[in-house]
Order: sequence, then C-alpha cells, then structure tokens
Amino acid sequence: MITIIDYGAGNLRSVLNAFARLGYATKLAKTPQEVLNAGVVILPGVGAAAHTMDSLRKAGLDKAIRSYIAEDRHFLGICIGMQILLTGTEEGGWHQCLDIVPGKVKRFSGCLKVPHMGWNQVKQKKAHPIFEGIPDEADFYFVHSYYTDPDDKSAVAAETTYGSPFCSAIIKGNMIATQFHPEKSGEIGLKVYDNFIKIATGNKTGKI
Amino acid sequence: MLTKRVIPCLDVKDGRVVKGRSFINLCDAGDPVELADFYYKEGADELVFLDISASSEGRDTMVEVVERISEKVFMPLTVGGGLRSIDNIRRMLLAGADKTSLNTAAVLNPDLIREGADKFGSQCIVVAIDVRRVVASKEPKWEVYTHGGQKPSGLDALEWAKKVVALGAGEILLTSMDADGHQSGYDNELTRTISEAISVPVIASGGAGSPKDLYDALVLGKADAVLAASILHYNNYTISSIKDYLEKHGIPVRI
Repeated sequence: MITIIDYGAGNLRSVLNAFARLGYATKLAKTPQEVLNAGVVILPGVGAAAHTMDSLRKAGLDKAIRSYIAEDRHFLGICIGMQILLTGTEEGGWHQCLDIVPGKVKRFSGCLKVPHMGWNQVKQKKAHPIFEGIPDEADFYFVHSYYTDPDDKSAVAAETTYGSPFCSAIIKGNMIATQFHPEKSGEIGLKVYDNFIKIATGNKTGKI
Repeated sequence: MLTKRVIPCLDVKDGRVVKGRSFINLCDAGDPVELADFYYKEGADELVFLDISASSEGRDTMVEVVERISEKVFMPLTVGGGLRSIDNIRRMLLAGADKTSLNTAAVLNPDLIREGADKFGSQCIVVAIDVRRVVASKEPKWEVYTHGGQKPSGLDALEWAKKVVALGAGEILLTSMDADGHQSGYDNELTRTISEAISVPVIASGGAGSPKDLYDALVLGKADAVLAASILHYNNYTISSIKDYLEKHGIPVRI
C-alpha cells in the first residue's frame, strides 16, 4: 500500500487526490510503526520546515523516517518533505533537520521575489526512471522561499534556475525528493507520481 | 527561468459561476468544476475563485465546490471572498485550496494575516488589495477600498502593501477599481509602484482587454502574474492565444 505521512501538511489532500486520480489506493500514516510497516512512503509538505520538524518529532516520526530511509526503502519527499532531509535549515534561525542528506537549506538572496512562486523549468541532471516520459526542462510548479544545497553534488538529480541554479530534485538510492509540487504541476506532475510508484513496485500496475 | 503566470478569475455565487460567457463544448458553463477543468486543459497556470455569496449557506457550498475542483484539476487554486477567520482559512485549505485571499478582513483585522502566515505559511496567504487612484493628489497615489470596492478605507495602497508583506502575506492580488471592467488596460503605474516596493510576487488585476494589455502589465507594470476575467469570459481570446502572444514578444510563459 502507498503510505502518505499525515502530520498536518497543507498539501495532504492534493497529494491524495493526485494518487486517487492515477488509480492508486493510499493510506495515511500517523505513527512511527505505520511508517516502518509501509512498502512505499510519501512525505508531503508545504510551509515552514521548523514547524514540520516539530510536528514530526512530537509524533516520533522523525526517527521512523530516518530508519526507513536508512534501509534504502522507497521514499518520496515533496517540497518541505525534501528540505527536512538535509542536515538543517536557515529558516527562522538555524534548525536541525533529519541529516539524511548532508547539506543546508538556504534562503534565496539577491533582488528576487520571494517566495519563488510559479512554473519553472526542471533540468534533469541524471538519467533516471522518475523522469520517464518527461521532457528535459519541462515546467513544474514551485512555491518556496528556501532551497536545498546538498554537500554531495552527486545527489542532485535536477536543477532549476531562479537567480542562479539550485537543486530541485535529489535522488540517493531509493530515496527521491522534489522541491517542486508534482500534485500541482498538471499532467506532467502526475506522471512523476506514476513513475515513482512504478519504480517502487517494480511493475507496471502499481499494485503492491 | 520562472515563467509569468496567466490566471483566470471566476466569480462564484451560491456554487455557480456568475461571470462567464457561454462556453462552447461545455455542458454547463455555470458549473465551477467544469469551468476549472476547461481552463486547466487550456493551459491556465493557476485559478482564482472569488466567492461572492452573501449567505453562510452559499459559503458552505463554496467549500464543497473547492473539494470537487481539487479532485479534478492539478494546479494551484486560490480561493477568496468572505474569509474572516483562521477557521475559514483552514476549512478552505483542507478542502483543497492552495492559497486563500484576504481582503476586507485583512483591513479590519491585520493580525489575521500574521496568524494565517504563522499557522499555514506565507505561501497560503494572499492579500487582495482593491484601490482607486486619488485624483486630487499631485503625486501618484491610490486609496484602498474594502467591501467589494464599496468603502474607502483611508489607507494608502503603497503603505498598506508594505504592511501586509511585513505581516507575512506571500503574494499581493492588486486590483485597480478604476480600470476594472473597462478592458482598456491595467493601471501599470500602480502595479509598478507596488511591485517595485515589495519583495513578494504581485498579480496585476483589472482592465485587461487584449493580450497586449497583459504584456504591458508584465513589462511596464513589472507584475509577476496577470489575472484575467472578462478578456477570457467575454472576448475571443483563449489562454493559449494569449500565451502565444506573450511568448512571441519575449515573455517567458509555460506553453
């Protein structure tokens, strides 16, 4: 079963709707055990990283996510669900995050409008089945004020330019994360979710 | 490069779209879900729904409408009109809205902006600012109006825009009441004045009659996005024809 972590994220419903549209059954996980028992885990998110970390810690979900990913099981993080994978974030002062991907989450600087809000191109830096059927530099929907800067550049799976290029997708083993919102990126966004489920299930049906 | 957004705006009353021409190929042009799907397929970058229902029953209907739209279209949805409290905002976000737009309630209770941004993130809080040009002023000045443009608030548009951003607004939806409905172009001086003074994106609104008007709002007005109602509902322009025009004239858009 596709398990979506429910810690009160604002985009939870949109993510559920996207998987429903693709015809996949999903269930919500609110406890560490539900995460550890899952076959496929999705961590949605939008808003503030520190607030998200607080919510996850209170529910004991931070440790569960760390253990789950440490076993190289199939995981997809979206927006804040990507940012909290890093060591820490500069958002609202320094906040420690999950430290699964060494690196920092930094604020856009210079004379840019922040949030970075709207459709922007995703330049694929790795050939990977998550991009199956998706043209290079396709437009995806972004809304965020901070971006990830992984220390290990080999983890950067895609880049997007806002002022200068930043990391818009991370892939490390079976862990995939996107800064953009596939559930808000039209049919091409749904394709990313579909690809992820096909990778995770190793078959074309998405059934687990 | 971040593309400029073209955003259709639909007025909804008691669950029905009240503005909008008779769309061909639509079974029911008054159904907000069907219209949302129409614009989604046409290539709109986002959608704005303004609930102009006067009753609480009408507002309850809007929540259901948002739920149904979010099941069908996978692009950002902003909902505004009659949102007065954190609970109102939460309800819309849980229904599937990505952003909520505050107008009169923000003027009457600016703390609502801060509270909303703290609870849900700045990206969820759009402040809609309706203004009229102050004719008597020698300097270009605009006054903020509330209650659907009926009541002058005494607030200066520029000062108010700076204040709402400081309180945590993630975006400004800026409407010129003078230009609105005339289809003779946006008030680009207004848009530029606000856009250059604040750090969050500005959506220009009011006055679009041709693709060139949208181009001017983006270039002369320095808007980050353009809202369009009548030009789409009553004229013969489609989203794709507008985007084609913008792209040909060097504006980055999502095709």
